[in-house]
Amino acid sequence: MEYYINLFIMSAFVENMALAFFLGMCTFLAVSKKVDTAIGLGFAVIIVQAITIPVNNLLYQYILKEGALTWAGLPEADLSYLGLISYIGVIAAMVQILEMTLDKYFPKLYNALGIFLPLITVNCAILGGSLFMVQRDYNFTESVVYGFGSGFGWALAIAALAAIREKMKYSDVPVGLRGLGITFIVVGLMSIVFMAFSGIKLS
Amino acid sequence: MSNENSVKNVLFGPVFDRNPIALQILGICSALAVTTKLQTSFTMCGAVIFVLAFSNASVSLIRHHIPSSIRIIVQMTIIASLVIIADQFLKAYMYDVSKELSVFVGLIITNCIVMGRAEAYAMKNNVTMSFIDGIGNGLGYSLILIIVAAFREFFGSGSLMGHSMMTLSTDGGWYVANGLMLLPPSAFFLIGLFIWALRSWKTDQVEAE
Repeated sequence: MEYYINLFIMSAFVENMALAFFLGMCTFLAVSKKVDTAIGLGFAVIIVQAITIPVNNLLYQYILKEGALTWAGLPEADLSYLGLISYIGVIAAMVQILEMTLDKYFPKLYNALGIFLPLITVNCAILGGSLFMVQRDYNFTESVVYGFGSGFGWALAIAALAAIREKMKYSDVPVGLRGLGITFIVVGLMSIVFMAFSGIKLS
Repeated sequence: MSNENSVKNVLFGPVFDRNPIALQILGICSALAVTTKLQTSFTMCGAVIFVLAFSNASVSLIRHHIPSSIRIIVQMTIIASLVIIADQFLKAYMYDVSKELSVFVGLIITNCIVMGRAEAYAMKNNVTMSFIDGIGNGLGYSLILIIVAAFREFFGSGSLMGHSMMTLSTDGGWYVANGLMLLPPSAFFLIGLFIWALRSWKTDQVEAE
C-alpha cells in the first residue's frame, strides 16, 4: 500500500506531467485563461488518463510485448513497434466511448466536460502517460495508480496556472511580453516551485 | 513571379512571421524536454521536419477522398505511421540519441503542429505547396528549439554539440556551470524571453488585452 501511495505522489508532484516533462503544453497554455474551464478540463484529463493507461497496459502486456502472444501460440512474435499507433487508437476510441457514455447516462457531466473531450485526444500528456507506463514496465495495479496520479498532477497544475492568470489581469506587463510570453515565465516559476517536491518519499 | 514569391512566403513565413511556437502556441509539448543538448534537439528537429513534410504531402494527396467525418482518424493514422518510421530509423542508426529522446519521438504524434498543419493547410492545398508548408513550419519549430538548446547547453554545461567551449570549474577551469539551465524551468524562461524579443521586433504580433 505504501508503495502505491509513493507512486501516486511521485507521479502527481515530483514528476508532474506539465511542469517537469512539458506534456500537454498546448492545451495547458491555451485553456488556462479561466479557472472554471481549467478545472473542467482537469477533471476530463484525470478520467481519460485513469482509463486509457490501464487499458494500454493490458494491450501491451498481453498483445504487443515481446513474447506476449505465447497464449495464442506465437511465442516469438514481437509487436512492440506497433505500439505508437495502437496506443493512439485506443486513446481516440476511449475518448469517443467516454463521450457517448457521458452523453447518454450523465448529461449534466457531459455538458460540463463535453467540449474538452475531443481536445484530449491530441493532448500529449495522455499519450505520454501511456508511453512512460510502457517504458517503466508498470504492472496493471501500478498503471491504474500512475494514470490517476499523473492526471491529478496535470489538473492541479492547470487549475493553479489559471488562477494566477486571472489575477494577472490587474498587473502591468511589458507590451511585448503580454499574453503568451508572460505565461511562459509564470509556468517556469511554477515549475521551480514544483521542484521543491522532489525527493519526497513516504517510508 | 507571384508563384515563386508564394513559395518563398510559404517556406519562410512560418519561421518569423507566423512562428508555430511563438505565435500559434502549437507543438510546445514534446519540444522542450529535449533541449538540454544541441545534438538531441537537432535529431528531434530532423524527425519533426520529416514527419511534418510527409504527413502534409500524404494528407494533401488524398484530401479529396477523405470523408470529413473520419478525417481526424485518417490523419492520425498517417502521422502515427510516419512517426513509427522515424522512431525505428533512429533506433536502428542512432541508438544513443534515440535513448535520450526516449518517449519524445513518439510524442510527435500528438504534436499539435503536425495535426494543425494537416488540418489547416494540407486539406486545402496541393501536394507541393503542402510539402513546402510542412518544411517551413518544421523550420520555424526548429529555430526555437535550437536557440533554446544552444543557450541551455552553453550555459548549463559550458559546451556546444558536446565540445567543451568554456572550461568548467569542476575540471579546473574558470566557468561555474549554471545548473538551473539544465532543469525544466529554464526552458520556459528562455521561450518567454524569446517571444518578448520577437514581439519587440515584430510589434504586430503583440496580443491585444
